[in-house]
Parts: sequence; C-alpha cells; structure tokens
Amino acid sequence: MQLDNLTISQLREKLASGETTSVELTKAFLARIAATDEKVNAFITVCEEEALAAAEAADQRIAAGNAAPLTGIPLAVKDIFNTIDVRTTCGSKILDNYVSPYDATAIAKLREQGAVIIGKLNMDEFAMGSSNENSAAGSVKNPWDLERVPGGSSGGSAASVAAGQALATLGTDTGGSIRQPASHCGVVGLKPTYGRVSRFGVIAYASSLDQVGPVARNVEDCATILGVVAGYDPADSTSVDTPVPDYLATIKDGVKGKKIGLPKEYFIEGLDADVKKAVDAAIETYKSLGAEIVEVSLPHTDYAVACYYLIATAEASSNLARYDGVRFGVRKDEGEGLIGMYQQTRAAGFGDEVKRRIMLGTYALSSGYYDAYYLKAQKVRTLIRQDFLDAFEQVDFMLAPVAPTPAFKIGEKTDDPLQMYLSDIFTIPLNLAGTCGLSLPCGTSSEGLPIGLQLFGKPFAEGEILQAAWAFESATDFGGKLAPL
Amino acid sequence: MDSRYEVVIGLEVHVQLTTKTKIFCGCSKDFGQEPNSQTCPVCLGLPGALPVLNKQVVEYAIKTGLATNHQIAPRSIFARKNYFYPDLPKGYQISQFELPICEHGWLNIETEELGKKKVGITRIHMEEDAGKLIHSDGNSSAVDLNRACTPLLEVVSEPDMRSADEAIAYLKQLHQIVMYLGVCDGNLEEGSFRCDANVSVRLWGQKELGTRAELKNLNSFRFIKQAIEYEVERQIDVIDDGGKVVQETRLFDADAGTTRSMRGKEEAHDYRYFPDPDLVPLVVDHAWVERVRAELPELPEAKLQRYQDELGLTEYDAGVISSERAVAEYFEALVGLHNNAKICANWVMGELSRALNENDIAIADCPVTPDLLAGILNRIADNTISGKIAKKVFEEIWQSGKTADQVIEEKGLKQVTDTGAIEAILDEIIAANQSQFEELKGGKEKLMGFFVGQVMKASKGKANPGMVNQLMQKKLKG
Repeated sequence: MQLDNLTISQLREKLASGETTSVELTKAFLARIAATDEKVNAFITVCEEEALAAAEAADQRIAAGNAAPLTGIPLAVKDIFNTIDVRTTCGSKILDNYVSPYDATAIAKLREQGAVIIGKLNMDEFAMGSSNENSAAGSVKNPWDLERVPGGSSGGSAASVAAGQALATLGTDTGGSIRQPASHCGVVGLKPTYGRVSRFGVIAYASSLDQVGPVARNVEDCATILGVVAGYDPADSTSVDTPVPDYLATIKDGVKGKKIGLPKEYFIEGLDADVKKAVDAAIETYKSLGAEIVEVSLPHTDYAVACYYLIATAEASSNLARYDGVRFGVRKDEGEGLIGMYQQTRAAGFGDEVKRRIMLGTYALSSGYYDAYYLKAQKVRTLIRQDFLDAFEQVDFMLAPVAPTPAFKIGEKTDDPLQMYLSDIFTIPLNLAGTCGLSLPCGTSSEGLPIGLQLFGKPFAEGEILQAAWAFESATDFGGKLAPL
Repeated sequence: MDSRYEVVIGLEVHVQLTTKTKIFCGCSKDFGQEPNSQTCPVCLGLPGALPVLNKQVVEYAIKTGLATNHQIAPRSIFARKNYFYPDLPKGYQISQFELPICEHGWLNIETEELGKKKVGITRIHMEEDAGKLIHSDGNSSAVDLNRACTPLLEVVSEPDMRSADEAIAYLKQLHQIVMYLGVCDGNLEEGSFRCDANVSVRLWGQKELGTRAELKNLNSFRFIKQAIEYEVERQIDVIDDGGKVVQETRLFDADAGTTRSMRGKEEAHDYRYFPDPDLVPLVVDHAWVERVRAELPELPEAKLQRYQDELGLTEYDAGVISSERAVAEYFEALVGLHNNAKICANWVMGELSRALNENDIAIADCPVTPDLLAGILNRIADNTISGKIAKKVFEEIWQSGKTADQVIEEKGLKQVTDTGAIEAILDEIIAANQSQFEELKGGKEKLMGFFVGQVMKASKGKANPGMVNQLMQKKLKG
C-alpha cells in the first residue's frame, strides 16, 4: 500500500470504506520500522504486540461505526510520555527498567480515540539536547543523511515521520525540541501555547517551558492530532481552561490580508546562506498569497539563550531530584550508606549533559546566586514575553528561520556545549514567551538537507498559524516527502 | 531562673489538617493503614505526576489565619524546598516561602508570672508533609509514604516569649484555636500538632538576640516546658563557663529530661527555594476571605468574655467552659433551655464532667443531652425535686435515656412540698428526739442540721429542704 502523501483524514476514509484495515496499516508501519530502524534508530521501544491488539480493537470499532478521528491510525510517541503498558525510559539509563503505573493525559486521549501506538521514540535524555546525541539508546540518525543529526530533543519523533515509520508522532518542545528536529527532518512540527496541552504524565524537564505537540508529514495531520490532545486537564494546574477550536474547519482559510511580522533580530549575519535563501523565498510566497509583510522587533532576543539555560536548568535540577534510586528506576548501591547510594545511582544513571544541566541549575538556585541568576532570568523572561505580545499588537503572526543551519554532522558539536546551545537560538525565545509556533519545510540546502520555516502565533492562536502553514504547504512542494532510505 | 539573663523563645508549630484528602492529590489521609496503601503517582513523586492544590486546605489556612488575626494574602506562591531524603519522594517539599498565605498575626496570652501579653505570629504557610522511615533491626530501612503529601500549616511565631510558661500559654492558645476551628485533631503525641522551639538567652538589656538552638521531638506540653527549661539552663552554663552557644538542632530526650545535639554544621542547608512551576499563584479574593470570616465560630477568647459579661459566670467558670468547643457548645445549648447560667455551669463542670470522665466519654457522645439535662434543672427550679434527688435522676437518665419527668414519675421522686405531710414527719422526729430539740432551742445551732437530715432521711430525700428549714424555725419560735 502506498502511504506517501496520505493525510489522516484520507486514511480514515479508506478505513471506513474497508479499503484497508488498521491491522494492515499497523503491520505496514511495523514492517517499515523493522526494515529501517537499524539505520535511523528512531525507536527505543517498538510495541508490536500492544499495537496489533489496539489495531484489532480499532477495526472492530470502525466496523461498529463509531470511529473517532484517530481510530485505527498508527502513531508513535516520544519516550517521555508515561505509558502503562510498555516501559518509559526518557532516553535515560536511570529509567531503563521503568514501567509507569499510569498513562499520561495525552496518551489517554489518543487511546480513547482508538489510535494505535506503535512505539516509543528515541530522544535526548530527559529532553536535554539539540541533536539527539544524548540518549542512552544511542544517537538517532537523520533519515536524509545518516551521518547527520535529526535535531533534538524530539529527534525520534521527527526522524520516524521522515523515515515513514510512523504517520505522525507526539513530541515535546521546551526550547525548540519539536520545531528544530522537524526542520532538520523536513516534516511539520507544532509547539502549542503553554497550557494548551496537559503536561500530566509527561516526564518533566523544565516545567514552565515544556509543552506537548504533534509532528507529522503535513499541516493537516498536525491540526488533527492537536485537536485531540489539546484541552484543559484538571490534573495539570498549568493547563488552561479555554475551548479547543475545530482547527480543521478553518485550516484552508488562507492568509490573504494577514499581516506577517519578520522579527529583525532573527535575520542576522551568520545565518546559513541556504537557510536565508529558503526563508526569503518563503516570504515571497506569502506575499504572493496576499499577505502583507512588515518588519517587527523582538529586542530582547539576544538574552534568550542565557535566560533559558538558567530557568530550564534550575527547574530541571529540582525536577530530576526524584531519580534517587529509592522508589523506582535503576539503583546502584555498593553498600556505602544512603549518600553513597544516591551518588552511585545518579552518577551511573545520568549522562553527561543531564549532569551538566543539573549542576548549572543547582548553581543558579544556590543561596547568594539566586538573585543574580534565577531571579534575573525570570525578569528577562518577562521582557521577552512582552516583546512577543508587543509585536503581536502589530501583526497577526511572525515568520522566522527555525535553526541557523541545516542539520549538522553527528559529533560535530558534542565537544562544544555552547555551540550546541546556540543551535536553538531561534526556537528558545518562543518557549520563554509561552506562545505557539510551528516549523514546516520550506526548501532544501545545496547538500539536499531539509530547511524549515518557523511561524510564531499569538497565545492560543494555533488555528491561525496552522492556517498560514497550510496555505504555504498547498502553494509549494516542499513537504510530505519521505526520506529515501 | 537566672536573673542575669533574659530568655527568648520563638515557636514553629506544624498543624496537621483534618481534610479528607491530601494537599496535592486525591489520596485519603487515613492513618494506620498498610504502608504505602494510601498513595498515588502524585504523592509517590513518580515521573510526570503533577500536584493539584486541595481547596479545602486553603480554606483551613484562611480560617486559621483569620482566627489568629493574620492578613490573608490576595496572592500567594508555592515554592519548592529542595533536599534529598528517602521519605521525601520528589526530592523537594512543596511549601510556601516568599509569599505565604497569612502574615502579621498575633495571639493574646496570659501567665501568672508575666501577666497578659500579645505574641506576634510572623506567618502561616501551607505545605506537604513527608513520609515516614521505618528502621529495621538490620542494616536497612523501609519507607512508608502514606503520610507523604499530608497537608500541614506551619505557624511561625515571633521570638516574643520570655519563659517556658509563656511558650506553653501560646501553644495552648493556638492548640485551642485549631481545635475550635476543627482544622486539626490536636493530638500532640501522634504528631498532629508538632512544635519546634527556638530558644536563646541574652543578658538583660542586650539588644541583639543570642545564638539559638532549635529544639525538636517535643510531643507533649510537659516535654516542651521541660525541654525549654533545660535548654535555658544549659545555655547559661555554657556562657558562664566562657563558652559560646552554637546554632544547632537539639533533640529532647524525654527519659533523661535533657536535650542533645542532633546535627552540627550539616544543618546549614541550602534549600534552593524557588517558585514551583507546576502550581499557579494562589489567588484568594476578598469575597472568599469574608465568607470564611463570616463562618468562623465564636472563639474561646470571645466566649470567655461573653460568659462573664452576659451570663454572669465567674472568670474561672467561663474559662473552664470555653476551653473546649464541644463543652462550650453543650453549655450554650443548655443555657438556651434553662435560664440559670450559673446552675448550668455548675452542672456542666460538676456532675456532667464527673460522669464523662468516669465513663471516658466525649461530651459530644454524652447520653444525657442538653435537652435531658435541662429537664432536670427545670424540675429543680420549680421545686419538683431537690438538688440531691436531681443527681439520682441524672444517673437514671445516663443509664436509660429517659426524660427527667419520666424518671421522677416512675421512681416516685417528686419532692414533698405538702406542709402538712412534712410537719407530721417533723413532729414525729421532734417527739423521738426531745432532748436534742431542747438543746437546739437553748442555742445549740449545730443541731439544726441533725433535724433537717432526719426529716430528709425519713422522707427518702423527697422533702423540700427549704420547707423543712422554715417549719423547723417555726417550731423553735413556737
């Protein structure tokens, strides 16, 4: 069965008409994973048995005529989501043996719909990374060039979609972790507004920044999945009780007469020439679609990376304290007492980048440094958020590159954490502002690597950026392609 | 007490709340269950679990804050207190730090030695409790997280107390209030009302505070007093010997009656407090505060005053009756049914509390309800029965649950008020005790009691003692 260029809604029609079954679809994806994942390494756990059982149940539901939008659709999720049936490692040795006694809210919503979860995707350990090289399960390879990174931390979520191993996936985005890998892998990734999707059951990296979102081959599928997972959850105090619109109903409304802002701080010297060319061409496309382009300013952009690495690491240092070997996960105890057990467990269980961020965050919160680092960063964060809100007074949404360069080579930046951190320079500010954004393909580099375009939306205006992205996608021919593995 | 030194005491009290469920999850907080049976992903601190604030806890915090004269913050923040310990599942405790829910409170206290004073309360904040470690004989310990995430209020006083007695007076006052409010079961032994005392001494007139020791493991009012008194002596001895008091935590040893150092420098923890990003700022609007204020019960201090001013009780009686909410409520119900408050107070403090103590029954479960007791008091007032017979009636009611009228009727306890009948008995007794009667006539007043007693005995207590007296006077004059 030819699976390219099919949207979830088209597939749903095929399922409803009996042209295919969920079991057949699921088997096709499982076969694709079996054939390609030795190269890509996008999956930490493939749930063959569980997926087939879910597919059978979905087929019965479809036959009974009460299918929901995702019934029978094979999806995969980042291994950061707690799942009751298979282990949840979060890309870490310390959770190597961990099976959650409960499902994350987003997972429960997928299951309610009868979606088929075919596996748990590789990721940077505890979502800390921009290249998916920090995983206990090994690096994920970019399906377009196996020598290159897929981006991170949701590297598996983007690579598996590009490799045709899953129709769509769920990822999380704390500083660009959905958008940057989506860009590097030539797929569509959406980071919703903070509070739009429940974080309950999503293993926390930086609680005030983490947000769940979809990665898919096309804009419409992103909208479909967002429509399912979004919504207020009483189990997450930071989720927002605001109605979830019908994203598909407005997705084709176009951008005619819309005002698009170009934040001048994102169009700087040093931006890769291919990236610049592709983004400039995208601007022209939007003009031709009837949008008005204006320059705007996000004046505190320069401080975003520093601000992020204080706030995110501070929260992480506390969030990761629970991995102490006492109640769950891997314990190392060489009989040197309680403190010894803590030290051995955490020394053996966490990778270098996680340790680095725990130390950074601990330092930022320490007495005597708190005001200078954490508190200052919070103030800067307020300014950055205000930058966005001010700009949104003038424009409907903003357009920017996703990453300064296309996917870099595996190992290229591992020895230089600061260079690695700077690869998120265009994605981080949005998380600090807390609004929504997405990444969609807008071209390829001279080396044939995907390049992404980023749209920033107003708070809870996911519908508007999906609409703008759909308009671009329909007018161009960059998206929906599978990597030739 | 050494007169060269002034004692300075500040108290931190942890009040465990009586909510049905825990502070950040829906688990029941029933105690005495199988270890780790009252737990869920949230209170176990499992990956991905998130806290959701229990509104009842906020309500209780506001109540307690208002009852202790605090300002209620319109916006308060939960913070994480970070430290590693096996009974702390998340590796941090969710508490409040910079913006607590209540600030700037106070309580009035009174001691014999130092009289009345106002003790400042810096703040009250909400937080979660930790679990419990169970140490076995061998080299291992087990963790029970049933108590983890149980709601606590931490009430932090100013260092305003100047003696162990003042500390106890403050604690008893606070204890009484939280019990009155019904927010805490008040059990010190089981740790529902836990006190840590910060104790220091300084020379009289010295402005800055001395170095303090924090005393822990104080699970009765008596131990708190003992521990503070011991600690004051110890610190004075240290200073007198030319030493310096070290800032440390000291455990009270109840068997030895002493305090001993628990940990030294390790105590200088850096808890790295920061606002918990999983919880949004808590907003308490004016309407909420005012609703809780309107629902506050009358507090013991107000009752004490009202019982004296309006009901004419002595300060002592008013104090005894207002000390416990259930007793005060019983008393007030009784006064509503019988108008002599003094008699009501006497019965509540006398016969009733004796019977409750003997039978080890709480006043709320008393078989003689205010209604039934008022029935007895009303029959005394209208001379149907004497006070003495009334005690018999009370016993009967306690056993049977019948009304006073039923008991009086069934047992034939109605007082004899027929002058003729009493006079007949009296005449018989005078006749049988002629010589004593003459002596009484001759001025041996003591014998009056003898005659009245004889009449009461002969009437099986049913003669009205007042009437017996009157008739006797008549006979003597006649």
